[in-house]
Amino acid sequence: MIRLEKRAEPSQLWSLLTPVVAVITTMIAGGLLFAALGKNPFVAIRTIFYDPLFGEFAFYYRPQLLVKGGPLILIAIGLSLGFRAGIWNIGAEGQYIIGALCGAGAGLALYPMESVLIFPLMILCGLLGGMLWAMIPAILKLKFGTNEILVSLMLVYVAEQLLASMSLGLLKNPEGFGFPGSRNLQDYPSAHNAELIAGTGMHWGVLTAFIAVIFAYVLLKKHMLGFNIRLTGEAPRAARFGGVNPNRLILFCMGASGALAGLAGLFEVAGPAGQVSIDFNVGYGFTAIIVAFLGRLHPVGILLAGLLMALTYIGGDIAQSSLSLPSAAIQVFQGMLLFFLLAFDVLTNFRIRLAVKGAA
Amino acid sequence: MNFTKLLASAALVAGLATSAVAEKTKVGFVYVGPVGDGGWTYEHDQGRKAVVDAFGDDVETVYVENVPEGPDAERVMTQMALEGADLIFTTSFGYMDQTINVAKKFPNVKFEHATGYKTADNVSVYSARFYEGRAVQGHIAGKMTETNTIGYIASFPIPEVIRGINSAYLHAKKVNPDVDFKIIWVYTWFDPAKEADAANALIEQGADVILQHTDSTAPQAAAQAAGNVISFGQASDMAEYGPFPRVSSIIDNWAPYYIDRTKAVMDGTWTTTNTWDGIGPGMVGIGEISDHVPADVKAEALEMVEKLGSGEYHAFTGPINKQDGSVWLAEGETADDGTLAGMNFYIEGLEGDVPN
Amino acid sequence: MDLSAINPVLLVASLMVAATPLLLAAIGELVVEKAGVLNLGVEGMMIIGAICGFAIAVETTSPALGILAAMLGGAVLSLLFAFLTQVALANQVASGLALTLFGLGLSALLGQSYVGIKPPAMAKLNIPVLSDLPIVGPILFSHDPVLYIGLAIIAATWAVLKFTRAGLILRAVGENHEAAHALGYNVVRVRILAILFGGACAGLGGAYISLIRVPQWTEGMTAGVGWIALALVVFASWKPWRVLLGAYLFGGLTVLQLNLQAAGIPIPVEYLAMSPYLITILVLVIMSADKSGAPASLGRIFHASQ
Repeated sequence: MIRLEKRAEPSQLWSLLTPVVAVITTMIAGGLLFAALGKNPFVAIRTIFYDPLFGEFAFYYRPQLLVKGGPLILIAIGLSLGFRAGIWNIGAEGQYIIGALCGAGAGLALYPMESVLIFPLMILCGLLGGMLWAMIPAILKLKFGTNEILVSLMLVYVAEQLLASMSLGLLKNPEGFGFPGSRNLQDYPSAHNAELIAGTGMHWGVLTAFIAVIFAYVLLKKHMLGFNIRLTGEAPRAARFGGVNPNRLILFCMGASGALAGLAGLFEVAGPAGQVSIDFNVGYGFTAIIVAFLGRLHPVGILLAGLLMALTYIGGDIAQSSLSLPSAAIQVFQGMLLFFLLAFDVLTNFRIRLAVKGAA
Repeated sequence: MNFTKLLASAALVAGLATSAVAEKTKVGFVYVGPVGDGGWTYEHDQGRKAVVDAFGDDVETVYVENVPEGPDAERVMTQMALEGADLIFTTSFGYMDQTINVAKKFPNVKFEHATGYKTADNVSVYSARFYEGRAVQGHIAGKMTETNTIGYIASFPIPEVIRGINSAYLHAKKVNPDVDFKIIWVYTWFDPAKEADAANALIEQGADVILQHTDSTAPQAAAQAAGNVISFGQASDMAEYGPFPRVSSIIDNWAPYYIDRTKAVMDGTWTTTNTWDGIGPGMVGIGEISDHVPADVKAEALEMVEKLGSGEYHAFTGPINKQDGSVWLAEGETADDGTLAGMNFYIEGLEGDVPN
Repeated sequence: MDLSAINPVLLVASLMVAATPLLLAAIGELVVEKAGVLNLGVEGMMIIGAICGFAIAVETTSPALGILAAMLGGAVLSLLFAFLTQVALANQVASGLALTLFGLGLSALLGQSYVGIKPPAMAKLNIPVLSDLPIVGPILFSHDPVLYIGLAIIAATWAVLKFTRAGLILRAVGENHEAAHALGYNVVRVRILAILFGGACAGLGGAYISLIRVPQWTEGMTAGVGWIALALVVFASWKPWRVLLGAYLFGGLTVLQLNLQAAGIPIPVEYLAMSPYLITILVLVIMSADKSGAPASLGRIFHASQ
């Protein structure tokens, strides 16, 4: 009989080791899958994990890791604050959409005026849009005690419908021959979130993600608020005795996560994506939840997890074209990676004991 | 060294490297859906396979499926160009700006963007005159309907779809002045369950012909279940539902164009073009008209196919009024491509408004 | 514009069909959530059910075997979730999302050779006299068997939760797992069984789409029904009969919307489409006064040594 025994303290060793073990296990299981599909497993794994980083065209893919990972990291950092305190905002996808709509809407409303103030205004609108959208579940939770998981999830669908309505209606490009989708903000210099240094993939969103990582790290390590967040998550009763105001904490965590998701949406729509379109959201808000957990809700972990996730997307697309792996195989592979990471995580908090039957 | 130069020289090196190994022409395809969607992407992939069949070892094709419209598409195109693609087909309207962006960085790679309108020195656009096929469908539908009610499952209110509705209505009305169109906008290209519901709603309201501008076979199955309703395949032939309820189909046949353009790259004769092909060059295929269609109707339909193909007849030939009664095309006048490309109005007789 | 074109009898009959996949997935998830587990992988389990059912029905030419295979497929996939959350004690939200990702990918792989094939048809109920009755005939007596199975599952779930000891234990586990454990119930076992039930129901719902309602196989064909099912459970405030009501309301809204369009009545489609979710939030708010709402242990991890 195998038994799990809770560790008094999470194991430092295992918390560093499990991601490595999980990635290696995924490579083995994934290799078997690829072999079953008639592909050389070693080549496939190399294509996904090695080529984007060190292959012939790594100079292009490395910056792309930032482009793809940036929004994931930015959103996941925000979510992790709430998750640590036991506040479950799973509607980041909706906040991302609303942030993009508000930010892009502000920019498009001013078109074709040129001013250095336009982009900062868009940032502000994106931030506020995401934050206010996240405030709905927060305030309903405070006022009525509704479950924020469910309300924030419902609001994702509402946001998706708003996005469809906007790209077919209000924000539709008047010069777009009747096709859905807004003007391309990349062609509107004042509103364009361009690369800060060409060829590096670094745009304002990536920079903001890095700042968020540092900020979250300092907050959780050094700041009273960070201590309260951790305390509330780990020992809610103690936190209340300790004078933590749970309502303020909910407002802060939901607001911060919404604001960051909104920012991610704005930076994406004004930069790499360029326009509001019906399918503008590609699931960053949901993937970021996974990233937050893969990173163990730790800022540095999230940074690495976001980049790892981005790597599997980029490497997966390369494997599709160079090895003709179906995209479904890549999806299964990503699913496996998540499963193994989640499953092995148990070793961080628990010890596995082989109990002799009868003695227990 | 600036980044664009770096990219370009890398591509050049890659190009040299591949050409040193073999004289293969590499063709890339970027797909918006899965190749297993049985509709839009499936047909583009059939086109890719036709290129392989046509050129065998002289060509290498690569594709990436399920590529979201946005930065991912730009990355996938760049990736293909870096890996030495000579020609890249980007097969969704939403890839338009990304195609132009990537094309700027790789002046030696040729790009072909489906259904868009932006061209460049190394970017061509291509699209199909599906409305020609709709004219044939309208004719058959108008002749065969007994309830005089034709149901139309429309996807998004964009010119492409509106053209199809107008063309079908025009030709149904011509042979059956009492015909009435019921239109449902489902706001999706592909959602089998919703398409089934839409088809059922139309059938329950008396439609005995279902036309669809969405890609799944769900409406065919609904027509079959109803028992007295005919339907037309969309995007692919959907022959498995023939000879009844599916009596004919519009097939997206990209193969001739893809082979042609690949050949042009091989021969070094590729130039920027703006292609809008119809039945004539074979880009719009009319699936076999089944024997469920009365012989005389079938003969008329085939004659129309013939005339549309030869250019003797234009699907939008006046007199045609707009919905509000104002004159759009005078007697004998044919529609110009500009108006058709941006078509955002119904013609006279159709009820309701184009949603916006 | 012609409202009279809409036949209310046929409208009701077709909304029952439209609502069935939703109803099946939601009643399964309801039991899972009653046991205190939040499984966000409904969409993944549905699509696995859709392909398993389709493939087996095509291979054996028996829709009934296909239906069984779909339930089995959904349950097997949910076992993965059960292992992660109940044995490895992983976070339920993340595990559920991973399950959906995995299910969508796996179904596409499994289904590669089934695109463009017509499955064997499932016979509809046809009872002499009864099926031919006006009004009640089309509504009550002329559907496919699975639709009735769905209704039976609702009734059975209600009865089991309300009247049986098993239902009492399930609710106890969902309300307060420490107390249930202290009373000697095996919390993990109860939850795993609930998760399996949820998987089987979701699989059945998926197969209903691929075998009966559409019927065809294409990648991603469930198109988000699993997510709506999650909303529906909340809307129903975890009560079986309200799942039925809610499914007909959600399904009915879609069917009605399409019917109104066909009748030539212009409607703002997007705003109508978001209304079920807004109503669900409203229900949550109203329900908050009623303490019998969400299971108290919903989404919380249980470990016996705590």
